Amino acid sequence: MVDLTTDYLGLTLKHPVVPSASPLSDGIDKIRRLEDAGAAAVVMYSLFEEQIVGESHILDHYLSYGAESFAESLNYFPEMDSYNVGPGGYLELLRRAKEAVDIPIIASLNGVSTGGWVDYARMMQDAGADALELNIYYVATDTKMTGLEVEQMYVDVVKDVKANISIPLSVKLGPYFSSFANMALKLSDAGADGLVIFNRFYQPDFDLERLEVVPNLMLSTQWELRLPLRWVSILYKRVPVDFAITSGVHGYEDVIKGLMAGANVTMMASELLKNSIKRLGVVVHELENWLEEHEYDSVRQMQGSMSQANVAEPAAFERANYMKVLQSWKFDPTGVLKR
Amino acid sequence: MIDAYEVAAKQGMPGRINTVMQTCFFAISGVLPRDEAIEQIKYSIKKSYGKRGEAVVRSNFAMVDATLANLFEMKVPAKVTSTIEMPPAVPADAPAFVQDVTAVMIRGDGDLLPVSALPVDGTYPTATTQWEKRNIALEVPVWDPAVCIQCGKCVYVCPHAVIRAKLVEPADLVDAPEGFKVWDSKFREVPDKKYTLQVSVEDCTGCQLCVEVCPAKNKQAVGRKAINMEPQLPLREQGALDWEFFKNLPEQPLVDELKWSNVKNVQLLQPLFEFSGACAGCGETPYLKLVSQLYGDRSVIANATGCSSIYGGNLPTTPWAQNPLGRGPAWSNSLFEDNAEFGLGMRVTLDKQREYAQELVVRLRPMIGDDLADALLAADQSEDAGIEAQRGRVAELKAKLAKADSPEARDLLSLADKLVRKDVWIIGGDGWAYDIGYGGLDHVLASGRNVNIIVLDTEVYSNTGGQASKATPLGAVAKFASSGKRTPKKDLAKMAMDYGYVYVARIAMGASDAQTIKAIVEAESYDGPSLIIAYSHCIAHGINMAKGWISSGWRRSPGIGRSIASIRCCGRVGRIRSNSIPSRPRFSSATMR
Repeated sequence: MVDLTTDYLGLTLKHPVVPSASPLSDGIDKIRRLEDAGAAAVVMYSLFEEQIVGESHILDHYLSYGAESFAESLNYFPEMDSYNVGPGGYLELLRRAKEAVDIPIIASLNGVSTGGWVDYARMMQDAGADALELNIYYVATDTKMTGLEVEQMYVDVVKDVKANISIPLSVKLGPYFSSFANMALKLSDAGADGLVIFNRFYQPDFDLERLEVVPNLMLSTQWELRLPLRWVSILYKRVPVDFAITSGVHGYEDVIKGLMAGANVTMMASELLKNSIKRLGVVVHELENWLEEHEYDSVRQMQGSMSQANVAEPAAFERANYMKVLQSWKFDPTGVLKR
Repeated sequence: MIDAYEVAAKQGMPGRINTVMQTCFFAISGVLPRDEAIEQIKYSIKKSYGKRGEAVVRSNFAMVDATLANLFEMKVPAKVTSTIEMPPAVPADAPAFVQDVTAVMIRGDGDLLPVSALPVDGTYPTATTQWEKRNIALEVPVWDPAVCIQCGKCVYVCPHAVIRAKLVEPADLVDAPEGFKVWDSKFREVPDKKYTLQVSVEDCTGCQLCVEVCPAKNKQAVGRKAINMEPQLPLREQGALDWEFFKNLPEQPLVDELKWSNVKNVQLLQPLFEFSGACAGCGETPYLKLVSQLYGDRSVIANATGCSSIYGGNLPTTPWAQNPLGRGPAWSNSLFEDNAEFGLGMRVTLDKQREYAQELVVRLRPMIGDDLADALLAADQSEDAGIEAQRGRVAELKAKLAKADSPEARDLLSLADKLVRKDVWIIGGDGWAYDIGYGGLDHVLASGRNVNIIVLDTEVYSNTGGQASKATPLGAVAKFASSGKRTPKKDLAKMAMDYGYVYVARIAMGASDAQTIKAIVEAESYDGPSLIIAYSHCIAHGINMAKGWISSGWRRSPGIGRSIASIRCCGRVGRIRSNSIPSRPRFSSATMR
């Protein structure tokens, strides 16, 4: 019997396959189904900084629209005793999910700035979250803002959130930093217990008929695994945090690769959105079979086994490999070389 | 002094100047010691906005602080040095009544007017909003003719009739002010004319519906359209000059090779409902403007109490206007509970007057002449051309009558105009039609008389602050329905259809502009009662008025006996209308005319 358990953010999980933050967890029935499908833990869908701050403003804007303008009608809506704004619904779902399932629930908070909204990290903890995933999604478009300032913003928000909670904190972020290794270390120093890499930056598309920029969610492909795989391999044992690989995890081979790179867990959403939640159980089953066939005793045995620290050729992850890759592609119109 | 709009905008709450102005008042009035006043304002903010979330309270607090930082004392100089003169209340070329009465009211001196200055018979001049230049928009639309496809949608939706288009001969433009914008006509029927689209910047309310509805995008910068908002002040002077010139260009005649069945052509017709005091972005007024463009020169209107009676006939000015020949809607306002009957009375009166006039034509045949008498009595007035021809005959008749001196001739002279077709429009909101005036409405529908009823359906009592009516949809939150309305919207259309001889249509300009025109044209041409339920967005809906175009409509003609067209459309605020359209007619033909 192979030991599939793994440790992530101080939690012992029954195996390393976790559904990442997505609409798969936006209802109590869905969270139950994830548990039934065999999920080791659930990262809940994200509560956004904009939702916390923005909802109040939007409510206020529309309740006040046209008000105080005419003597006969100073306002247009009944005054309620309370309004359903902010994270109330999210926290309630979190509370109910904790009661409904036995697997750990990792809450997800998505934002970029420090400010009053980070109080909700504590509220998530109070609602029963076993850990918190802080998703920082920031597109630095200000030409006057330096890379250092962007990095400091990330560090500040991590410190701010960490100061509000006692449960473990992971940080999910994108790869676009001049020195990602250094950034990872800074986040670790700021209090992150884990890094979830990488966030997928959804790129907008152009609608050529309507001449509009349109949001366009494309599910991940297996190819996208390469980038997080490389970076977990590089950072493993160099930055003292747990790692979760997300983006491009679609099958058991991807899970294995992630673990060998050094990840504690691998996270999937696109595969489950496309091929149903039940796919999760199949992946875990196939993982177990593979480990048995290849005579591994446990998941922990393979964790980091192909990290940069442990491979025969560490340069494979660095610039030297770049040259090799380019040279490996030969123009061969006759097909002679292939033969 | 304070630039309240800028302070509010910088705090992320554009347009919300009430907090700014309240703070200013207490900061300088000395009603309370300043610090105590500010403390009380913040307490009041917490009390008022606390339920809407901490973020809102914080923003308002920040607004108070920003107000105090941006409030400056302006020293009033001992001597006047400014060369800027206060403009007169109305321009010098305004008619005498406007100069003598309206202008006095606009200045706020209405109490000084003697009773003798007012009309003795209760009638009041129309077409007077054009003289009151309110200049209330911070930004106004600016036309980019190179991008424009001349579709006319901006003209169509403009609630205040400030955007207008004309097709003119190149020779008409010889004296145009410098910079006056024109472009080659894109109308297939008249390719040699010039097209011009102008904005009355001094009358615009800045609602932006025109920009929202414009389908043409600039190929070099897709964020810009054929019409874009720009600050009003730098455009004011040139805009006024352009508008003055545009106003005097020839108006489009109703009798023309162009047909008035689509948005593109209708844009050319002069609106006889303009510059009303309705809210910026009003969803009701575009319907009234459209009716006035198509039929304003022969319409008599009974208007129920409500928003439409306020913006339709509020002192000091009247938005119902006149064409260059002095023809325009005659309008009167009645109560909530009797407006349909009020309009029916107009119909009965007009019919009786026409009937008597026709009797007199028969009796005076020897004096009038057989040809003219026959033509007057047998005139086909179903189309604009027929009506125009009848007007010519009536003018001829009047000339003859003026020379005669018998009691009957004098009677006919006073009634001759009634030989020309008149439309009766009965207008009101859902509070009138669904609730308070419903009994009368039903009575009028049942009468079978030729009236056109337009229900401007905002689905709440708008004018009094958004109270639920029987037109409020199931679950909608409104005053008197705080937890959502418990019962569905009354299906007024279905009830009217049960008569079998009522033309019924539900229209929503934002869902289908073409369907809206068709329904209004069909209703007007139907020789019996017509009921048009016109969905109108409203500030009472708590939506962005520039994006308020939603919903769906359908039409049903008794003459055909089945739905002519049905459309369904999902709107941006999430309303979906669906109507069961009977597959078989419930009646075979119109039974009453």
